[in-house]
Amino acid sequence: MSFDEIYNIALMQGFAGLSLFSVLLLMGLGLAIIFGQMGVINMAHGEFMTIGAYTIFMFSSLTETYAPGLMQAYFPVAILAAFVIAFGFGWLTEWALIRHLYKRPLDTLLATWGLSLGMQQVFRSTFGPKEVSPTLPDWLMGSWSPSEGLDIPINGLFVLALTLLVTGGVLLALYKSRWGLRVRATVANRAMANATGINTKRTDRLTYAIGCGIAGVAGAAFTTIGSTGPTSGSLYIVDAFLVVTFGGAGSLLGTVASAFGIAQTQSISEFFMTGSMAKVLTLLLIVTILMIRPQGLFASKIRR
Amino acid sequence: MDAFKSWIARSGTGSILLLALLIVVVFPLTMDIFRLNLVGKYLTYAFVAVGLVMLWGYGGILSLGQGVFFGLGGYMMAMFLKLEASDPEATKIQSTPGIPDFMDWNQLTELPLWWEPFRHLPLALIAVVAVPMVLAFIISFAMFKRRVGGVYFAIITQAVALILTVLIIGQQGYTGGVNGITDLRTLLGWDIRSDSAKYVLYFVNAGLLIGVIALCRWIQMSKLGTLLLAMRDKEDRVRFSGYDVAMFKVFAFVLAAGISAIGGAMFTLQVGFMSPSFVGIVPSIEMVIFAAVGGRMSLVGAVYGALLVNFGKTYFSESAPDLWLFLMAALFIGVVLAFPNGLAGLYESHVKPWFARRKAPKAAPAAVEPPAAPPPSPSQKSAPPAALPGGVQGQSA
Repeated sequence: MSFDEIYNIALMQGFAGLSLFSVLLLMGLGLAIIFGQMGVINMAHGEFMTIGAYTIFMFSSLTETYAPGLMQAYFPVAILAAFVIAFGFGWLTEWALIRHLYKRPLDTLLATWGLSLGMQQVFRSTFGPKEVSPTLPDWLMGSWSPSEGLDIPINGLFVLALTLLVTGGVLLALYKSRWGLRVRATVANRAMANATGINTKRTDRLTYAIGCGIAGVAGAAFTTIGSTGPTSGSLYIVDAFLVVTFGGAGSLLGTVASAFGIAQTQSISEFFMTGSMAKVLTLLLIVTILMIRPQGLFASKIRR
Repeated sequence: MDAFKSWIARSGTGSILLLALLIVVVFPLTMDIFRLNLVGKYLTYAFVAVGLVMLWGYGGILSLGQGVFFGLGGYMMAMFLKLEASDPEATKIQSTPGIPDFMDWNQLTELPLWWEPFRHLPLALIAVVAVPMVLAFIISFAMFKRRVGGVYFAIITQAVALILTVLIIGQQGYTGGVNGITDLRTLLGWDIRSDSAKYVLYFVNAGLLIGVIALCRWIQMSKLGTLLLAMRDKEDRVRFSGYDVAMFKVFAFVLAAGISAIGGAMFTLQVGFMSPSFVGIVPSIEMVIFAAVGGRMSLVGAVYGALLVNFGKTYFSESAPDLWLFLMAALFIGVVLAFPNGLAGLYESHVKPWFARRKAPKAAPAAVEPPAAPPPSPSQKSAPPAALPGGVQGQSA
């Protein structure tokens, strides 16, 4: 094996890690807002991702049946719809369930787990137990080969670009917008935020819904690299929580760093051992580091 | 005599005896062996639920990884039984006789060293309880000494459950993989699949469960139990009083792990196999809901919760599998939103006052007070919860 081939394999393996990084980061971002900022343990987060994935599937099959000419263009619209639908469900959930439980975080965990069970069954009854995948537009297929022997899948590039866009958007929104200011004020000191005229209840609901909406976008990204089943979301929920905890709750930058670290550890070690052992190794590493440094990589300076 | 009566009332001996009557006398008399074996299986989950009452209700620590300890206990029992079932005589068609069949299928040619201790029953029985407790000690010591608690602890325990499941499934040659360890036959030559053995195992299981509940009740009534409660409610005050809060939490976690492991071992004996589907995240959270339905503060309630949820699960997943998950979802949400204290809470707030009202006119026919207000009873238990200070509310069996 020549040096070039090894170099190419390393590059492609690294890129596979980047795809995993994208999904983990998109999942983690939504959760970083909901769990890191608000302290709500949303076990149904994976199901909001599944909502996004099924939205893409619905758009794809509807376009295929009624407007085959638009197949090349439906995808961006569907991503937007995935965000809006997940956002709407998030809004409803917060109103019906979460707002009663802000004072009891461990109970939120149980309630949202129940919610996730119910949602999974709804998916199963609506879309069937089989995994589905949308028909992707042609421009997402194939691969890009900048040099001989190096194939980088285009869908992976697309997901990466989408992730960077969403991450940038969230960072910008959280640190430059009025909403972000209100969220940070509420997190820092709820009573004081209330006293300065911020409607904290409204802020909570909006924050939760935005977190769920981002999970919907994660689901949209997920459809380009895997197929969707009723329990797809629950496969990622533990990883997503570990990403947020490992990065340091309350720190978005930490979430990005930890998603990158976890994804690359997983995908590089997959090169040397079986997939399940790579997963065990990655999780063990995270748990051990969290035991030594419980506040995560980047501890937030927020007083709790 | 009065002191004894008040001790009985305070310790909740009555409710424990009632439970014992139900599972030791009523169930065996009214059910055939198939159903009784099923109840026995549910009662092994009750061990985990009882452990969670101590850990979650009393200690205020929610663990989402109790399946790990249940599974470890079960696996270690299964390893002993499997080695006994695969003597060279019974496995002579294998390419390597004398090792478990799944090892042979995975081209292993000799028994791994860490399986060797499980050739001996006493060692296996010690390992059933000791290994989960040691693991629990390592996890909880590392976490609680750094004052990590609450939500983070729940997430870490969940990750541990995931790690163990992936490990068991991935290492098929050593653990039996996704099928688990199956085809278990005898315990020291005694066929555990026969009806008489199932009866014996059921009673052993029931006896152990009652014993564990009594032990936990004794802990709850001791100073240690009061400290656990105090720690749950005002951790800092207990710490400032000079107690090593972390070690008390470690104690609660290790205790719950040991209890769960006993349940796991009894599960293997009664059901005849062990698989990773009883280890992972989903079963671990389901076990939390048993304790929540029964009432997170009530040891006896946890057993009823485990029985009720599992009866429901068996009944509905046979007749209406689609409906069951919705019911389970409703159970989770309902228990949290409407009945945070579960069945035991309902009993305390509705059934007991009703009894008291019924009794009141007989005891004092010329009562001047309105019948709506129950007369104050001498025992501390039936005092309305609101009258107690926050720290001791809900301290009942």
